[in-house]
Order: sequence, then C-alpha cells, then structure tokens
Amino acid sequence: MTIKSRKKNKSNLWYGVIPLYLFTLTFVCGPLIYMLVLSFLSRAEVWGVEKVFTLSNYIKIFEPVYFNTFIESLKLALLTTAITLLVGYPFGYFMAKLSSRGKKVMMLLVIVPFWTNALIRMYGWIIIFRSNGLLDKLLMGLGLTDKPLKLLYSFPAVLVGMVYALLPFMILAIYSVSEKLDWSLVEAARDLGATRLQAFLTITIKLTLPGILSGVVLVFIPSMGLFFIADILGGGKFMLVGNLIRDQVITTRNWPFASALSVLLMILTSLIIWIYRRVTHVKDLEGLV
Amino acid sequence: MKNRTKLPNIYLAFLIILMYLPVAVVIAYSFNASRQSSVWGGFSFSWYKELFSDRSLIEALKNSLIIGVLSSGIAGVIGTLGAVGMAKAALKSKGIIEYISTLPIMIPEIILGMVFMAYFSLMKLPFGMVTLVIGHASFCIPYVFMMVKARLAGIDKSLVEAARDLGASETKVFLDITLPLISPAIISGMLLAFAMSLDDVVISIFITGPRTNTLPIKIYTQLKTGVTPKINALCTMMLLCTLVLVVLANFIGRKKPVKD
Amino acid sequence: MDTILELRNITKSFGKTEVLKDISIQIGKGEFLTLLGPSGCGKTTILRIIAGLEEPDGGRVFLNGVDVTEAEPNKRDVNTVFQNYALFPHMNVEDNIAYGLRIRKTDKKEIAARVAQALELVQLSGYNKRYPHELSGGQKQRVAIARAIVNNPKVLLLDEPLGALDLQLRRQMQMELKRLQKRLGITFVYITHDQEEAINMSDRIAVMRDGVFEQIGTPAQVYDLPKTSYVAEFVGNANLIHGRTIEIKDGVASIEAAGGLVKATVRDKQPVPGMEVTLAVRSENIKLYTCSSQTGIKCRLKEISFAGGMQKIFLQLEDGTEVVSSSLGMNLAFEPNSELYMSFDANHGVLVDL
Repeated sequence: MTIKSRKKNKSNLWYGVIPLYLFTLTFVCGPLIYMLVLSFLSRAEVWGVEKVFTLSNYIKIFEPVYFNTFIESLKLALLTTAITLLVGYPFGYFMAKLSSRGKKVMMLLVIVPFWTNALIRMYGWIIIFRSNGLLDKLLMGLGLTDKPLKLLYSFPAVLVGMVYALLPFMILAIYSVSEKLDWSLVEAARDLGATRLQAFLTITIKLTLPGILSGVVLVFIPSMGLFFIADILGGGKFMLVGNLIRDQVITTRNWPFASALSVLLMILTSLIIWIYRRVTHVKDLEGLV
Repeated sequence: MKNRTKLPNIYLAFLIILMYLPVAVVIAYSFNASRQSSVWGGFSFSWYKELFSDRSLIEALKNSLIIGVLSSGIAGVIGTLGAVGMAKAALKSKGIIEYISTLPIMIPEIILGMVFMAYFSLMKLPFGMVTLVIGHASFCIPYVFMMVKARLAGIDKSLVEAARDLGASETKVFLDITLPLISPAIISGMLLAFAMSLDDVVISIFITGPRTNTLPIKIYTQLKTGVTPKINALCTMMLLCTLVLVVLANFIGRKKPVKD
Repeated sequence: MDTILELRNITKSFGKTEVLKDISIQIGKGEFLTLLGPSGCGKTTILRIIAGLEEPDGGRVFLNGVDVTEAEPNKRDVNTVFQNYALFPHMNVEDNIAYGLRIRKTDKKEIAARVAQALELVQLSGYNKRYPHELSGGQKQRVAIARAIVNNPKVLLLDEPLGALDLQLRRQMQMELKRLQKRLGITFVYITHDQEEAINMSDRIAVMRDGVFEQIGTPAQVYDLPKTSYVAEFVGNANLIHGRTIEIKDGVASIEAAGGLVKATVRDKQPVPGMEVTLAVRSENIKLYTCSSQTGIKCRLKEISFAGGMQKIFLQLEDGTEVVSSSLGMNLAFEPNSELYMSFDANHGVLVDL
C-alpha cells in the first residue's frame, strides 16, 4: 500500500454527501432546469405545454400590463427593504449593546414572531386595520378622526404587513454583526476626536456593513414573492410578481409564461446574491440561521 | 445623560410591543364570546370547543404535523450527513452543490412553488402528502445543513485528533466526539425546519393535492373567503406550538459546550 | 541505551514550504527529549508525524523497531498531550481519562482502577465528575496528561503543554512533569520554545531551526558548547564576536577581533590560522577592565540596566558589534559612555559555525 492510497482511504465520512447530492440534483436542480426549459416552450391551445421553441414568453413580460406589475413589485420591495432597514438597524444595534441576559431575552422575543406562522400575524393586522376595527376605534376614541379610515385593503396596509413579516430577518442580520463588533474601535474613534455621529458614520456603519447588506438581501428577495400579504391585506387590489406568477400557474395555467417570469425573478435574485458575495466576500448570509 | 441611555430601551420595548400587538389581538379575540370581532362580548372558550369538533381542521392539523415531522426528519438526516460529508469530501462539485442545495431558502418561495408544481406533474407524482413532504424537505434541509456546518467549523480540530490519538477509529471518533458536539445544532436546525414547515403557505398551495389540506392553507382560504372566530382559536393553538418549539430550540441550541 | 523511536530522513512540505528537511533522530527508552525552537521551525510537525496525525512526504518512522510510517494514529502506541489540552467538552474528567481504555475494551474494573491511579498521579483525585469547563488551566493540563499516560504509551508526546499557564504555575508543572516522567519511565518527546524549560527538564535537547536539527545534545552540551551561532544565541543568549584566527597553540586559538585580541579553547573541530571565525561568549563570562592588558577588546559602555538581581551592561565594540555583559548584584564602578576593555577566559569562548 502506498502512502497516497492510505490518505484516500482515510475518511469514509464523505459518503455522507451522497443523499444531499441526490436530493439536490433531483429535487432542486432538476426543477430549476425544467423551469428554464418550460420558459422557452409554447403554451398548448387547450391545456399543457407544446414542445415548440419560442421566445414569446419573455417578450410577453414586456407588455405594459405585466411589466408594470414587475416595476410595482420592485418598488414595493425596495420600499419594504428601506423601511425594515431604518426600523431594524437601530433595533439590532441597540440589542447588541444589552447585557448578555438582556440579549438572550430579546433574542427569544425576536425569534418567536420569526418562527410564528406569517398568516397568523397578518390576521392580527386585519383585526386592527379593518373598518371600525381596533385602530379606527382608538383613533376615533381619541378624537383624532371622526370616521373610519378604511385602512385595510390599502397600500399602507400592505406595506405594514410586508415590513412586519420581514423585520425579524433584518434585525437578526444587523444584530449578528453588531454583536461581534469591537466596541473599542468606536471608543478609539471617539478618543481621537470624533463626535458620536461621526464615530457612528465612519466606524460603526462601515463595520456593520456586512450585516446591513445581508439584511437587505434577506428582506428584498422574499418581498418579491410574498403574494399572500398583498392578497390578504391588499384585498386583491395589488398585483405583485408573486400574485402574477400564482395566477398564471393556478388560474390561467400558462406554465411557460409563469416559468419565464420565474426565470426573470431568479436571475434578479441570483444577481443580488452575487453582488452581495462580491461585496462582502462572505458565502453565507449573516444571521440567516 | 440618563435619558440618552434610556432611549434605546424605549425603542426596543416599543418595537417589541408593536411586533406582538397583532399576535396579542388574535389571542384576545380567541376568547371573545361575540361573533363580531369589533365587539367584545365577554370571555368564552366556545371557539375552542368548536375548533376541536371541526373534523376538517383537525385533519389539516394532523397533515401539517405529519409533513413537519417527516420533512424535518429527512432534513435532519440529509442535512447532517451532507454537512459532515462536505467537510471531509474533496470533490470539485462541492461548492456548486452546496450553493444549489441552499437555493430553496434563498430564492423567493413563489419560484420554488411554481417549479415544484410543474416538475412534479412532469414526474407524474401524485399531488398530496408525498409532494408536500418533498417540497418541504427542500427548504428544511438547508436550515439543518447550515447550522451543522457552522457548528462543525467551530469544533476544535484537536479534539478529533486527540480521540484518534487515544485509539479511536474514524467512525468511533464521529460517534463519540463529533456527533455529540453537533447534536445541539442538528436538533435546533430540525426544530427551525419544523417551524418553517408548519409556517409554509406559498409552496404548499402549489404542491398540495385536491384532498390534502394543511393548516396554513386552511387558514389562508378562510382569510380570503370569510373568517369565523374559530380561526382565532386555531391561531392561538398554533402560537402555543411555536412557543414550545422556540423555547425547546433555545434550550438545546444555546447549551453550548463551554470552550477552553 | 535502547532506541524506542527513530525518525529516518523525514521530509515534509506544506504546499511550497519545506517544513522538515531530512530529519533523523533516535530517541532512547525512558528518555526526556525536548524539541526546542521558535514557532514555525517544524517542531510541531515532527510531533504530529510521530503521532500519525500527519504523514511525511519521505522518510520512515520506527516505533520499537517497527515501521509505523503508514499506521493510523489510533494504531500507534503513542499518545499526545495537546497544546490546548483538547479535552472533550461533553465528557467529565473520568470519561475523558477512560476514553482510550474504553476504546481498547479494557475491563471495567481495571478502567476504574487505572483512572483513579492516573488521577492520583496528577494529584486530581476526587475531580472525577467535573467537566472541563469547571477546571482551571492547570487542572485541565493535568487531566490532559492523565488522559495520555493512563494508556501506558511507549512514547508520550507533549506539544508546548505549559504554554498557556502563567509563569509560576509553569515552573511548578515543569518540576512535576519531570518527576512524573522519571517515575513512569515513559519516553517523553516534549516541545517548547522556552530554552529555560528545555534546560530544566530534558535529558537531551534537539535545537531546531527552519526544518533541520542545529544541534542535538544534553542541556550542558547545548548550553555550554553550542555548535552554531544560532544555538549559542537561542539557547545561551550568547554574544557573538567575529574575528580571524592568528595562531593555534596548545589547544588554544588566538583570535583577532574588533581591533583586540582574545583566546578560545579549540575543541573537536580545528580552525586553521587566518580563518574567519565566530566566537560565542555568554554574557556572564565577560569580564570588564578599565585599562588594557595583553588580551581584551576595546569597547564603549552604552547603557546599564538592572533586573531580576542581574546587572546588564550594554557595550559596543569598535566594529559596531553589540555585546552584553551581565553580573550578579550591582556594580557602580562604570559610567555610561566610558571606554572599557572586555575579555574572557579561553575556555569560555566557544568557536561556532566551524
């Protein structure tokens, strides 16, 4: 037996990857490739798909009806991301400054909604937002308004729902980098004459950037597809890419077009992740698990 | 100066309250005797009674639990073996497979739901429990995989070497040293996966069968068509489950072996 | 002396870096051998090769006359005390120590007896049920040692085992380890970068540098008679003076250095007259005079410092060489910047790098 062969035989544990490989290839890679193929096929007259190559599905995306949906979706996603960042950054940052006991309690408090069924949480908002619901009652009781605001099924309601659903991702991402932050660097900056704000802008923001980026990615990507929030809190008045894809699949049964939309969304997603990795040189997203 | 130090705490508290407000509202209304949600009709358990006599809801709950247990179980096995194997394997395809395997939690769920629906019908799989379990396993695996991977990376290499040095074979080292050290990560990964499975609507809607309902699907359709206060009670029950899971995961996951 | 462990022409590279360059050594039964060298000299790699945690690119390892080069680490009668102790965090002291015995399916009663014995040996009786995180650094160290010796290995490898302890505890543990080794009669291969530790504990020291042995010898040999300027500096903190031999008479070489004349005893290797040589002289052997005599080098006093009961005088020779002289107690006879003459006995001057 040569030296080389011993080295190779040394570990049998690598066989463990086999199930992962099989599953990934069959149930992740396969479907995604099929999606790509579907997006270039034609839709059959009555039902199903015809094996005829076409680019028409992609061209169709640029029809104003659909393209606008894409743009609207992007806008909502961007707005959602911006608000979660504004609200979540201070939260994650302050949380990292708590005592270790405080951190533990906070962590638990943030994790519970994160693990809780999003529908339940949305349902709570319905009760609050609905006409003559809790919010209206409160505002009218305080004499701030004299008639129901009709907040449910409005854009603000959808936005609140989105921010609310995705906020934990942002908080956890910011927290996980803030917690590792070497505070003595901030103190050093203060010692060297920086004001609180200057130290924050020049040191803290820079050092927590990986968390910010990770949070942005973790919020932005799912916000493109959370169709049920627009459904429940928007009352079907708001069409997002997610709703569009769902309708194309379930109602219209135009799989090739739905695939083309998904491919576009997928490209957008991959682009964002790629940029994230290029910028931060980190493979896994901060605070994801 | 005093106020300045208090401000962050006020902010944290305010946001936590806001986070829990909708949840609290749901819980409160589950005990509301009145049928109308805008009126408080006194305290009552009647919705819970109705809930437990609703066969279709109980059926949905059963389905959700079965799917959750199966998919997180599959994820526990595939994810753990995968993470351990990946650490040892010298395969060129390692990086790309790892990337693809984590895609299900990276890309919008809607894509996954859509492609699963198309792919499963291509493969002529019967829509229902089988497709749901496979679909859920796809996004459960990455959670376990990533948690175990992170924990593995944190294990002092010399512990493994010490066990080898003391005479343990590679398999023995895995069973005696590595596995006990990564087991908190496996368990909390599986619990998270279970919670995510219990939570999923988007993917489930696409891959469920005509006669299979999961709890989230049931809630979703009710929310769209018309709400009976029963749903409050149902949501409260689910919240309770989640809480138990989180506390459990926290208890196990945070119990880190203390490092030297 | 019976050889228990032999390394024959070991070579090892990591990528493009050659870590070990043709290393050979024989280690005797019951010997305390120290590998001494700075970090990165390859000493840990040697240990890992002996333990089987690393495989050499070339060369052979013999344990008790058997070629074990390709044997798995678990198939070698060798145990290691790791630098960071590597105690299993999820097992208590008893389980940690019993681990190796259990792997070998030793009888339960015997395990209990041997664990108790090992604990007594490292003075930790009664700590059976403690977990590693409940122990202090020194206690962890003892457990790590107990875990290794309980298996009665032929050779015990120790990788800077005292590196993480504070000075006082270190000194105490040095003594204990040495006593333990004598009592058990196990061969120790010990790694350190601390020359004091090496000198205190070892039967033999192998001084390493850049993947080769510079010198292997008893502490006295290495300390008093360094073969190379590197060993002289690293082990003995010696001064190095460069000069040229003028003549060799009666086993003593006369050497011209920095405008002065000094003498050094010639040992196993003979220099020829007119040869460029390097002399190693330890600071405590340097004598200072205010006026010149037959031998001696003119120098200028730069600085005086006092620490740990030792006075150090920093001198500069005319060729720029810096020399340190040290003596016990304080001597205030000299003033900074004064001109002095330094000299030493011929048998304190060691010709190195020959």
